[in-house]
Amino acid sequence: MTDGAITAGAARVSAHVSILGATIGGAFRRNRARLALSVLAIALGVALGFAVQLINQAAIGEFAGSMATLSGNADLEVRGPRAGFDEALFVNLALDADIAVASPVLEVDARIKGRDDALTILGVDVFRAGAVTPALLPDAADPLDALRADRVFLSPAAAAWLALRAGDTVIVQVGLREVPLMVAGMVQSASSQPYAVMDIAGAQERFDRIGRLTRIDLRLRPGVDAATVRARLQSGLPAGVAIAAPQARADATTRMSRAYRVNLNVLALVALFTGGLLVFSTQALSVVRRRAQFALLRTLGLTRRRLVAMLLVEGVIVGAAGSLLGLLAGYLLATLALRYFGADLGAGFFRGVAPNIAIDPLAAAVFAALGILAALLGGLVPALEAAHTAPAAALKAGDDAIVFRPLAPAWTGVALLLTAALAAALPPILALPLFGYLAIALLLVGTLLLMPRLATLLLALPPTPRRVPAALALAQLRGTQGQTTVSLAGIVASVSLMVAMAIMVGSFRQSLDDWLVRILPADLYVRSGAAGDSAFFGPAEQRKFTGLSGVRRVDFLRVQSLLLDSSQARVVLLARDLPAGNPARALPLVAEAPAPAHVDGDPPQVWISEAFADLFGYAPGRAITLPLAGRAVTFVVAGVWRDYARQQGAIVMERALYVSLTGDEAVNDAALTLEAGTNIARLRHELEARLGATGQLTFAEPGEIRAISLRIFDRTFAVTYALEAAAVGLGLVGLSSSFGALVFARRREFGMLRHLGLTKAQIAGMLATEGLLVSGIGLIVGMGLGWLMSLVLIFVVNRQSFHWSMDLHVPWTTLLVLAGALLSLATATTLVSARAAMSGDAVRAVKDDW
Amino acid sequence: MNRRLFLLAPLALASSRASAQVRYPAVTSDQTLAFPRDHGSHADFRTEWWYVTAWVRDDNGNDLGIQITFFRNRPGVAETGTSRFAPRQLLFAHVALADPRHGKLWHDQRAARAGFGLAEAADTTTDVRIGDWSLRLVGDTYEARIAAREFTLQLAFTASAPPMLQGTRGFSRKGPHAQQASYYYSRPQLRVTGTLTLPHRATKVNGTAWLDHEWSSDYLAPEARGWDWIGINFDDGSALMAFRIRTREGSAQRAGGDTYWAGGAWQDSHGGTSNLQPDEVAFTPLRRWRSPRSNIDYPVAFRVQAGTVDITLEPLLDDAELDSRASVGTIYWEGAVRAFAGGREVGRGYLELTGYGSPLKL
Repeated sequence: MTDGAITAGAARVSAHVSILGATIGGAFRRNRARLALSVLAIALGVALGFAVQLINQAAIGEFAGSMATLSGNADLEVRGPRAGFDEALFVNLALDADIAVASPVLEVDARIKGRDDALTILGVDVFRAGAVTPALLPDAADPLDALRADRVFLSPAAAAWLALRAGDTVIVQVGLREVPLMVAGMVQSASSQPYAVMDIAGAQERFDRIGRLTRIDLRLRPGVDAATVRARLQSGLPAGVAIAAPQARADATTRMSRAYRVNLNVLALVALFTGGLLVFSTQALSVVRRRAQFALLRTLGLTRRRLVAMLLVEGVIVGAAGSLLGLLAGYLLATLALRYFGADLGAGFFRGVAPNIAIDPLAAAVFAALGILAALLGGLVPALEAAHTAPAAALKAGDDAIVFRPLAPAWTGVALLLTAALAAALPPILALPLFGYLAIALLLVGTLLLMPRLATLLLALPPTPRRVPAALALAQLRGTQGQTTVSLAGIVASVSLMVAMAIMVGSFRQSLDDWLVRILPADLYVRSGAAGDSAFFGPAEQRKFTGLSGVRRVDFLRVQSLLLDSSQARVVLLARDLPAGNPARALPLVAEAPAPAHVDGDPPQVWISEAFADLFGYAPGRAITLPLAGRAVTFVVAGVWRDYARQQGAIVMERALYVSLTGDEAVNDAALTLEAGTNIARLRHELEARLGATGQLTFAEPGEIRAISLRIFDRTFAVTYALEAAAVGLGLVGLSSSFGALVFARRREFGMLRHLGLTKAQIAGMLATEGLLVSGIGLIVGMGLGWLMSLVLIFVVNRQSFHWSMDLHVPWTTLLVLAGALLSLATATTLVSARAAMSGDAVRAVKDDW
Repeated sequence: MNRRLFLLAPLALASSRASAQVRYPAVTSDQTLAFPRDHGSHADFRTEWWYVTAWVRDDNGNDLGIQITFFRNRPGVAETGTSRFAPRQLLFAHVALADPRHGKLWHDQRAARAGFGLAEAADTTTDVRIGDWSLRLVGDTYEARIAAREFTLQLAFTASAPPMLQGTRGFSRKGPHAQQASYYYSRPQLRVTGTLTLPHRATKVNGTAWLDHEWSSDYLAPEARGWDWIGINFDDGSALMAFRIRTREGSAQRAGGDTYWAGGAWQDSHGGTSNLQPDEVAFTPLRRWRSPRSNIDYPVAFRVQAGTVDITLEPLLDDAELDSRASVGTIYWEGAVRAFAGGREVGRGYLELTGYGSPLKL
């Protein structure tokens, strides 16, 4: 190639670039408001997605970091039930030839006097912990304090949390007693987790856990293979005690929250999808308005491919701007959310974790790419459409509607809907409801593809009205279904998502409320301590519950936890006093063994929660082996009950049985059934006086517990609500934006109508009717779609994510209010657009485009 | 100083005066030591140690120094504890290997609360261990098994004479006040045989060793800063133990120079022992060595006059510093020395220098 050719080529390129630049620039300048909306829509989606990702990463990272600090450089750890295991096991391990150091730990969540909180106290042997868990070594001014039974050392986070310094005293509750512990110093720990360390002998003595350990950290001798040692030692451990790498414990906890985190991510993606839809409607309308311009460019030599490229560049610019803005906003959002909601956004998975946000370049890149992709896809269809129009036809006005011909044949939509039904029936993958999410996406896309047909069907239903504006409106919509579809896509998408979420959350809330009523049949609940596992009622204290005036019955509850699988979190064991004869009556059962009456000699019965049934694969009638007091005991699953409180799984058994198997007679809670008219305040005083425990006990009436539970529920869903509101907001913005554009594009039509004798008011009426009709159709389809999606959410996504079932409750009032708000907003938007469009001179409006 | 690990310091632990609620037995002059009972642990007393120092020669004819120490401490903070973990007795151990070719000490340590059979000190005879580190007396032979980070020792120390009782029948005064005393006996001239295993080789070793067993409740006077101690096995079969306790600056000086108290004992080759009074013992530094790590200046060569003995001491290795401030919180010098008289080597033993950094608390 010669220099001249290069120069000519460069000139041609630069000419094209400048034409493209001018065209895009011009388009951007003229559509500033709608453009801003598109950018915002993408930004919102990217911001939500990025923020959720940042928060999750921060929470998981911090949690894993804390776990790693507290596990130190242990190669393996031995864990068992929360109540611990016999210390004899420690001696065996310490003598094992493959083990260099065995460091015993007794961990207690000690209820702090005067607070509804518990402090994790780790009893350690400083001589052994030093080699395994340096973060558990006390920094003692007097070295002997590390051995004194009544001294504790606080982590910096615990000292800050409790506002305590060396020399202060922290009082913890053990049983119903108050036990003072002196803060003798700090532990040097970089962990942001609040915890305290004391001598293991002191911990055993002060917390009534003589002979018990909850964990043994193991350091292996150099060259010893951890997997081999693990396999060899596991067989010799008592039932319910497991040996595993410390990582397994962190994994179990993070796995439990994973479904929740994925749910949030999916919601963010939904917001991004809505953003993409908005770009689509904006671009589609922008393309329509620029048809003549494009035709001119085509006749001037611009190829189809270049035209498509030009329009896609517009999409990329919108996407890039939105993504950049979104990343910034996402970072801010994550920072604020962490400050005000905590690391798990209020869901309560990571207790005591105070993470810092670290920007992850990969996540940022992924979400920026997603934002650009959404904008690109949104612009693709209109771009292709513009490129395929013959320039000659486009130069003449009046055939705008061709642009909006149905996007795909009807069978595609139907096929997608059928696939959705199939996907909803599939089991989870990796414990995640991936097919459930797919079903929802397919439902949405399928419906959108069918939208033109649905609109035709629905518009054909009403008879032609007698009044001129209404008749014109209907005729307009029937004649321009393409345009209608573009507006409808946004409405249907946002309405359906909103309705689906509203029905799901409403169903969940109502089911939770019903469940609370069911599991709280007593009149007054007395808890030995507000938090932690150090408080309890011993047998002597339990006897003091008898003979209280006004009390008809007292049922005790013992809460323990068992380790069934080292890769899972501990499951909760609830040993309850159950009604004689029909023990299952007290439980909200969802499934029962078809077994005949339970006879003596059969294995004893337990009732498992839905989460337990899912996680460990048990069904009513099956035999189950549980580790109790270090022995394996066989039970039969008598039923499955609904449990919204313990996602890690729970087991209920009769307390008498539990006591006979374990010898553990202590209880945590008492449920009091009262005679009518009993003075609860007086009863509380009497109990406190009898037990000599003023201030330690926590009393709750079912009403309060319900209120607190529902408040926690609402807080947990606050983030969900926020995301939902964002999606709906985008939908509404999209609606008004596309409506405004449509109305603007029809200025010449209004001019003509004015010439034909219609008043401004009549035209406004016509537009209002159009708005009402379009949003009405959107509402009807969106609500139907939303209802279907809510079924998937309730029966597939939630069931598979969180292992709990719920009953369908449609929150009619909420939905009616939403529908009303949407209809009035749509109508109002139309009217505002109409007024703006008709403000000009009718004659000029007619001339405008000719 | 890393206070978290300061705890591991046996000497520092023993210093704590906070355990006032515990009454430790006093060391009195009217006790008669009885063996093998008194080879064992005396758990009521605050502090106790079994201290072995040895000169050995390996297969290649290299001279090596070996130190093995087990400490026992009753901290007095968990006397009424009901937990089996209650730290009523603490055990510590130090091991050091001096190899002139390496230029400094190889050393390692262990610490544990007594209990569960994992760390114990028997009260019937010498039988003390922490995990796989142990020292026990079987017949007339002490057996030591030590698996340190960089080497492993499996040694037998055989005695051919009854214990050499220090002070007055084992009542050894450490100061002018009656309570400043310990029960103390030595086993000089122990014959050493055994195996030293290094990362790339194992070697038979044999030589001569010295064992001290000492227990007390109130050892060091507040005015004392530290001590210089020697235990020398002479080639002719005799043995000398001598020590002086140095004052802190500004304290009242008792026995001339900076010596607060001094003492020792001479045992002739037939087993006859003569006790040395404070004024019969003089330590004169001849050469100093400054540690490049701690910057502490140690007198590593001495002239020692004790009774009729007049010797000069030269270390096997100048750098015999156990700089364990970062791990055990104390710093001391414990080195193998040769004894010369009239320019001729007459014996070998160990020199211990404490309190040259900050004052030693015991």
